[in-house]
Amino acid sequence: MSTPILSIITMGSIAAIFSLIIAIAYRKLKVKVDPRVEEIFSVLPGVNCGACGYPGCQNYAEAVASGAAPPNKCTVGGAEVAALVAKIMGLEAGEVERKVARVLCIGDREKSVWTAGYEGPQTCAAANVAGGAGKACSYGCLGFGDCVKACPFDAIRMNDKGLPVVYEEKCTGCGLCAEACPRDIIVIEPIEKRTYVFCSSHDSPKRSREVCSVSCIACGICVRLSPEGLEMKDNLAIVTDPEKVSDQAIEKCPTKVLFKI
Amino acid sequence: MELLIVFISALLINNFVLHYFLGICPFIGVSNRLDSAISMGMAVTFVMTIASAVSWLIYYLILVPFRVEFLEIVSFILVIASLVQVVEMFIKKASPPLYQALGIYLPLITTNCAILGVALISVLKEYSFIETLVFSLGAGLGFALAITIMAGIREELEFADVPETLKGPGITLITAGILALAFMGFSGLIK
Repeated sequence: MSTPILSIITMGSIAAIFSLIIAIAYRKLKVKVDPRVEEIFSVLPGVNCGACGYPGCQNYAEAVASGAAPPNKCTVGGAEVAALVAKIMGLEAGEVERKVARVLCIGDREKSVWTAGYEGPQTCAAANVAGGAGKACSYGCLGFGDCVKACPFDAIRMNDKGLPVVYEEKCTGCGLCAEACPRDIIVIEPIEKRTYVFCSSHDSPKRSREVCSVSCIACGICVRLSPEGLEMKDNLAIVTDPEKVSDQAIEKCPTKVLFKI
Repeated sequence: MELLIVFISALLINNFVLHYFLGICPFIGVSNRLDSAISMGMAVTFVMTIASAVSWLIYYLILVPFRVEFLEIVSFILVIASLVQVVEMFIKKASPPLYQALGIYLPLITTNCAILGVALISVLKEYSFIETLVFSLGAGLGFALAITIMAGIREELEFADVPETLKGPGITLITAGILALAFMGFSGLIK
């Protein structure tokens, strides 16, 4: 018999025997999995963002089915998915706190000082390693849009002045943008919290004033006017309780970085 | 004595990861934690031994009599892929805790070139069936040894002050290189 025919027969029969073995093994060794895992997985958004604290949607579905996780951990799906998951499990859903990303820097290309040019890789991560791409402020937004690239929901875009803008209605609060930002200026906060000091700089007052016209210069006026709503920490005012920030404090901020959106 | 030499040589001197540079993908990928590295090493040893035994049988009982030895690579890949499938299903049924520990690593093994390498080399060196078993067991344990050492070093490296640009895969590859150099010291062990 000629070699080509022989090799086809040999390979064919080896393959046939192995597929038979696998087919038999599949039948004999089938393990029953909790059908609820499949059901829960099918109602989850399936983006594997990890906001629930599990590596992916499959793991979260398994954890819910086994009772290890509550049904309302998926921030992406929100109340709707929580209700569906709870229905499958026969539980009450509980409230899902809706969270969104906020960018705590408003020092765009016009308002902040740039001291050098940068022609390296056009990502924030690379620019940050290379000394900040010439942006004088070492805490502010670099504007290369790593956060935009990280967002699976198209909820964050660059404006024409090189600053990311979060579209609240699309944002799911998954936190991938906050993770992508090498300068950690994106925070994930409840949507109800709308008053922030839109600056992340811990520089000295003098330095802050020099490098950016919209930075927190740690003057302390807001803290004096609303001591219960804000606190000064390492040359930066932070809103601790948005309810207690008075209109007067917002009005008196000399660089206008404290405001309500 | 002959078997011992085959075993030691596969384990230390011609270590599959650090001498032949086979199976680098799981070696780098799964070596960031010690416990998962040990599980991966054990899973590889297990599959490697069974796969090369079955490959040996296929080679000498089917391919050689029909004079189609050139099919060895194709048929060995087939053997490894199907074997991993069956082993995975079997472990899932027989021992759920073991499946939890090994489960995610088993499909990875299908594409581990060290397994195919062991099967091919034992045919190339014309080992007998027993020698093939010992050789593949040694090679598997050698892989487990290398990945365990690597994981131990990488756990310590977490606390080291590594330059920003070398963090992650960079320092891991440098470590692997130094480890390979260290293993060269075994080369005089057997003449």
